[in-house]
Amino acid sequence: MTRYVVRRLAQMVLLFVVFLTVTWFLLYALPGDIVKQKFAMNPNIPPEARQVAIERLGLDKPVLIQFRDYMINFFQLDFGLSFNQYPRKVSDIIAERLPRTIVLFLTALVSYYYAGFLAGKYLAWRRGKRGEMAVTIGGVGLYTVFYPWFALMAIWLFAAELGWLPISKFLNPDEWRNAPFTANQVFIRLFVTVLAVSIFMALVVLLANRIRDHRPRALAKVGGVALGALLFVWYWWGTAGGALMRPYAGDIAEHLILPVAVLTAVNFAGIMLLTRSSMLETMREDFILTARAKGLSERAVRDKHAARTALLPVTTSLVLAVATVIDGGILTETVFSWPGMGEVLVTSVSNEDIPLALASFSFIGVMALVGHFLVDILYGVLDPRIRVGG
Amino acid sequence: MTEKIDARPGADEPTDLPPPIISPDSVPDSMWRIRWALFRRSFAHNWKLFRANRVGLVGLAIIGFFALLAIAPTVLFATGIWNSAVYDPVVGLEPNPPVKVMTVVNEITDPETQIDFRHVLLDNRIPNNIQVGEQVEIPQQPAPPDRRHWLGTDPLGRDVLSQLMHGARAAFFLGILAAVVTVIIATTVGSISAYFGGALDSFFMRLADLLIMIPFLAILIVIGAIFEFKLWHLAVVIGLLSGFGGVAIVLKSQALAVKVKPFVDAARVAGGSNAHIIFTHIVPNVMPLSFLYMMFTVTSAIQGEAALSFLGLLNVRISWGLMIQLANTQGYLLQGLRYWWLLFPAGLAVTLISAAFFLVGRAMDEVVNPRLRKR
Repeated sequence: MTRYVVRRLAQMVLLFVVFLTVTWFLLYALPGDIVKQKFAMNPNIPPEARQVAIERLGLDKPVLIQFRDYMINFFQLDFGLSFNQYPRKVSDIIAERLPRTIVLFLTALVSYYYAGFLAGKYLAWRRGKRGEMAVTIGGVGLYTVFYPWFALMAIWLFAAELGWLPISKFLNPDEWRNAPFTANQVFIRLFVTVLAVSIFMALVVLLANRIRDHRPRALAKVGGVALGALLFVWYWWGTAGGALMRPYAGDIAEHLILPVAVLTAVNFAGIMLLTRSSMLETMREDFILTARAKGLSERAVRDKHAARTALLPVTTSLVLAVATVIDGGILTETVFSWPGMGEVLVTSVSNEDIPLALASFSFIGVMALVGHFLVDILYGVLDPRIRVGG
Repeated sequence: MTEKIDARPGADEPTDLPPPIISPDSVPDSMWRIRWALFRRSFAHNWKLFRANRVGLVGLAIIGFFALLAIAPTVLFATGIWNSAVYDPVVGLEPNPPVKVMTVVNEITDPETQIDFRHVLLDNRIPNNIQVGEQVEIPQQPAPPDRRHWLGTDPLGRDVLSQLMHGARAAFFLGILAAVVTVIIATTVGSISAYFGGALDSFFMRLADLLIMIPFLAILIVIGAIFEFKLWHLAVVIGLLSGFGGVAIVLKSQALAVKVKPFVDAARVAGGSNAHIIFTHIVPNVMPLSFLYMMFTVTSAIQGEAALSFLGLLNVRISWGLMIQLANTQGYLLQGLRYWWLLFPAGLAVTLISAAFFLVGRAMDEVVNPRLRKR
């Protein structure tokens, strides 16, 4: 397993370097690229200023030297200064925006994988019954819906018409005027607590699955989840620091609901349809017949025998879906004005802010690679064949 | 045709062997007839399987509907039912929009800035020097559907139905071009890397890995920043990305399964060249699966185009994504159902046509992959 992980990690790093190289050459080294147009060849800038800009940007050096400098700086996490938000460092912008995107990405990935798998399992089991067609068409509709349009409709319905949720953006500036914290402090605190609690719950449920008897197992699961929830409530309501931050955290959380819900709704249908076909293939296998012949209950056949096997192709598809979820994230952020990496990418690209665009694109690439890496590991854990072979 | 049945040892080398026993003129004819019969038989069989899936038929019907929409403007302009000055999707303008007659009741002067709003040109449709008591006719643009414009007009006075039809044309053009590019590349790459293996295979598969991992839309956004993107550029880029990407991997695994079939060995023993084996034995057997992926590529191409137009990164005359972008940037999208003709046609069109191609793909999946059929 360790060898497998190390090898995958090495491949990922290599892939990332290739990816970065290609992007750098596309953005900086193409004849007539944007940086040169903007500074080195812009007749509106006085010649002396142009000369200074060329020297400071290193445009007078040979391309390969420029490339080497960029790579060295990149791995020292120095991505230069943003053109449009001039004195700000690109790395500061990225550090501010990255957690916000990771939250969207993680929530969507986890919730859509889980919800889609559950729904697909039931759907396959009810094959041919009434409602299957309706759910399939609804699922395909959600899967192929034009994403920004769907998101805008959701905003109109839930935010503008019903007024349940805020329309867009990350927080409500009125409430933050005298805030003693920066938004990122609160946000990271919120993120860390939610993550810790969900990891705790997941661990308890996983450990509880080892208990053989039905009653204690259910009890342990419910108890663990309740304990996790209690810890969360204790932190935000019981401790002094948590209570002080709570209204601000609540404001951010309120703004988070709609984007995450929309992202999940669109993405979960794909996994649902896939689980369904994967389950249908599995259900034709002989071991399902054997399990039925042994006299196991339908539920045991479905959950223990069919679903476990059907999980593998679904996890493979998750490998492909990581990129799709990130794409969905870019659109979500743009539509909801959610200040994350996707929004940064779109605005910096349309404003020709090349250092920011390249850095945000690379970090979206890093997110995709890390996502793939995690899914690969998960796949290795699920499928013993890969573990042994690696 | 001769080279296809010419399986003598060393047939592809220039030799001075006697001419083939079967005359090249007579054979192709009968070969074609056999092929055609085989094709018809398998088509009838597959069509029966496809028809069994009602969802696939729904998809085909939707595609047919949009195909009619795409053809319609040509007919309408040619027959003169539509005048291009009014109904052009980009520069058309309804000259006599419905008007709302309003009476000026009050002089409006802003107490803080002392600006007299009567003399401020608020909107070039409102005359500048109007007096209290006068009546002004304010043109209503976007106008709701009426007899002349079945789906109303957009904020610039252009016919929405015409835009929808031209958008359908753009979507078909884009989707089909992207799908054809994808399938040609993916089939070739998949077959070649399955057949030869080794370094070539590793190279193409690592390339595919890289392309799968990078978010599709992010790449398109970045490429859109560098190049002036036209519709067919986008189609080719999407085709390249998915052709060298995920589709190539799937088709390669199919080609690997074909490669070990006895008839490939037979062809090799009979002296078929590599190119001959790949293009007459492996590629035709990979084809059904590639048609399947054509459908899915159409879906992702249309979605990608709409998203890019929505973000305003595409240089395109008219498309569904552009229609939504216009409605959104002008603020009609959050006004609710009042301007439904700006909200629903384009958004639903993108959704419906993507769903239709996806459904057809799924139905074809059940034809190609027998394991998915009903118990």
